[in-house]
Amino acid sequence: MVDPTGITLHGEVGAGADGGPRGPRPRRRFSRRNIFIYGTLIVVSVYYLLPLYVMIVTSLKGMPEIRLGNIFAPPMEITFQPWVKAWAQACTGLNCDGLSRGFMNSVIITVPSVIISIVIASVNGYALANWRFKGADVFFTILIFGAFIPYQVMLYPMVIILREMGIYGTLGGLVLVHTVFGMPILTLLFRNYFTSIPEELFKAARVDGAGFWTIYFKIMLPMSLPIFVVAMIIQITGIWNDFLFGVVYTRPDTYPMTVQLNNIVNSVQGVKEYNVNMAATLLTGLVPLVIYFISGKLFVRGIAAGAVKG
Amino acid sequence: MSSKRPNQLFRNLNAKIASVPMILTAMVVFFGGTIWTIVYSFTNSKLLPREKWVGFDQYERLWNTNRWLISIENLLIYGILSMVFSLVIGFVLAALLDQKIRFENTFRSIMLYPYALSFIVTGLVWQWLLNPDLGIPKVVRALGWESFDFDPLYNADIVIYGILIAGLWQGTGLIMCLMLAGMRGIDEDIWKASRVDGIPAWKTYIFIVIPMMRPVFITTLVIIASGLVRVYDLVVAQTGGGPGIASEVPAKYVYDMMFLGQNLGQGFAASTMMLITVAIILIPWAYLEFGGKRRG
Repeated sequence: MVDPTGITLHGEVGAGADGGPRGPRPRRRFSRRNIFIYGTLIVVSVYYLLPLYVMIVTSLKGMPEIRLGNIFAPPMEITFQPWVKAWAQACTGLNCDGLSRGFMNSVIITVPSVIISIVIASVNGYALANWRFKGADVFFTILIFGAFIPYQVMLYPMVIILREMGIYGTLGGLVLVHTVFGMPILTLLFRNYFTSIPEELFKAARVDGAGFWTIYFKIMLPMSLPIFVVAMIIQITGIWNDFLFGVVYTRPDTYPMTVQLNNIVNSVQGVKEYNVNMAATLLTGLVPLVIYFISGKLFVRGIAAGAVKG
Repeated sequence: MSSKRPNQLFRNLNAKIASVPMILTAMVVFFGGTIWTIVYSFTNSKLLPREKWVGFDQYERLWNTNRWLISIENLLIYGILSMVFSLVIGFVLAALLDQKIRFENTFRSIMLYPYALSFIVTGLVWQWLLNPDLGIPKVVRALGWESFDFDPLYNADIVIYGILIAGLWQGTGLIMCLMLAGMRGIDEDIWKASRVDGIPAWKTYIFIVIPMMRPVFITTLVIIASGLVRVYDLVVAQTGGGPGIASEVPAKYVYDMMFLGQNLGQGFAASTMMLITVAIILIPWAYLEFGGKRRG
């Protein structure tokens, strides 16, 4: 797999010594080549930013203005009513308490799923990297190939498993599902990372009499904080954005935010309120967006590792 | 080796305990679940799974169902176009960003942020943007192009392209990043050599850089392809499979059969077909990647 952390900036062109001008003649700023490159990049950026812009603008307009005006025009009168309505009053089925319910459900689903799956996968990756036992590789290979199996194949068997355990339709059940299906990518991530830690360190600790858990907590854990952050980014965005598992394994009052959002916007009853819809869409997208802009480079690393998950 | 060793089972016990969740997931869910679904695709299960064997009936019915055929056709169109476009766009954008430009990080962040958003959000935004009465079509008409009627969401013939536009918006940033990482892995000396020889940049890209990036292209293709088969949320959010059944996809067929249509057997058969599709993509790749040079 490509390691996206390999993205590095080209070396800055070093400034000449204090003396006279040195090095190659500086390129003209407005060469035809530069105009072409920056021009293209700016046009492309507009294409990528446009939907975000339209979401924001639409969510701040009133319905009459939307019906009459241009989708790209900035709002003449800014109103926050759509946001309030999307958060607290929008209806899905019989519940009319807005997206706040879905938001809470998503939080209740995401937090334990992220913690449990990372704890299990990190210990497991550590065992695979440093305490190899017979047969471990066979299971690991099956796990990795499992990451490519379409989820649809395992949807119903999982329903049976959850039903047997008595947690079908509960948030706990969905947490288990996310833990299970997050396992391939996380285990791979942790195994590869722990393998890259010098083995001498591990051996030295062994000689000093440290056992499985001591080495994990005292040596491996403190050395691998960045990879834990990457794992958290993968899991938070992945679980927050999930729709399929949410719609299959929960019931209307435990729907995560994405499912509720889709139900609000695509409901066939009533007049379409585009401003409320866009406010709701933005609200749902806010959590991953915030994580994206905070985490920067680590996000790139995370999604490229998580891309296998699809 | 001494003949009296402690019980094999208890050697390395902690590691084994730590691997129990992985072993359960691999064997019960991934392996067991897949076999279960394949086996039950040969039954006549309706609301609940039943062991009433009907041979290949479900598959026969599947391939005689118009909706499934449309789903496959859509997946083919969407899949091929999205592979071609994401590779080309991703590569061109990466090449542009690789020109030692300023604000590289800003441009990269802008192109990548849609990937942080879910398919549901993507689908809903583009549903609004392409709204024929109030969205982009209206703006274009207002600009004076009166006869403009590009209505991807309400025209059955082109609806899949409307979904493609949204899918590309969401996913090309990732491909660009993978390509950029690949380009940065190419030795700077190659560029110097080609510059000395006076070879134009575009020629260097086509004849030297692309062949050198073959592994990156293959990995990227596998990533795109294995994600494509699962395309589901985007369609549900953007069109709901409509107009009519014009934008149905296989993953949606499976879900609808299993959980809405109370026709489990059909769902199992359809999901098995999805599995076969992935296997056809995956096995040659795994063979190329790991077959020759098995790690010890």
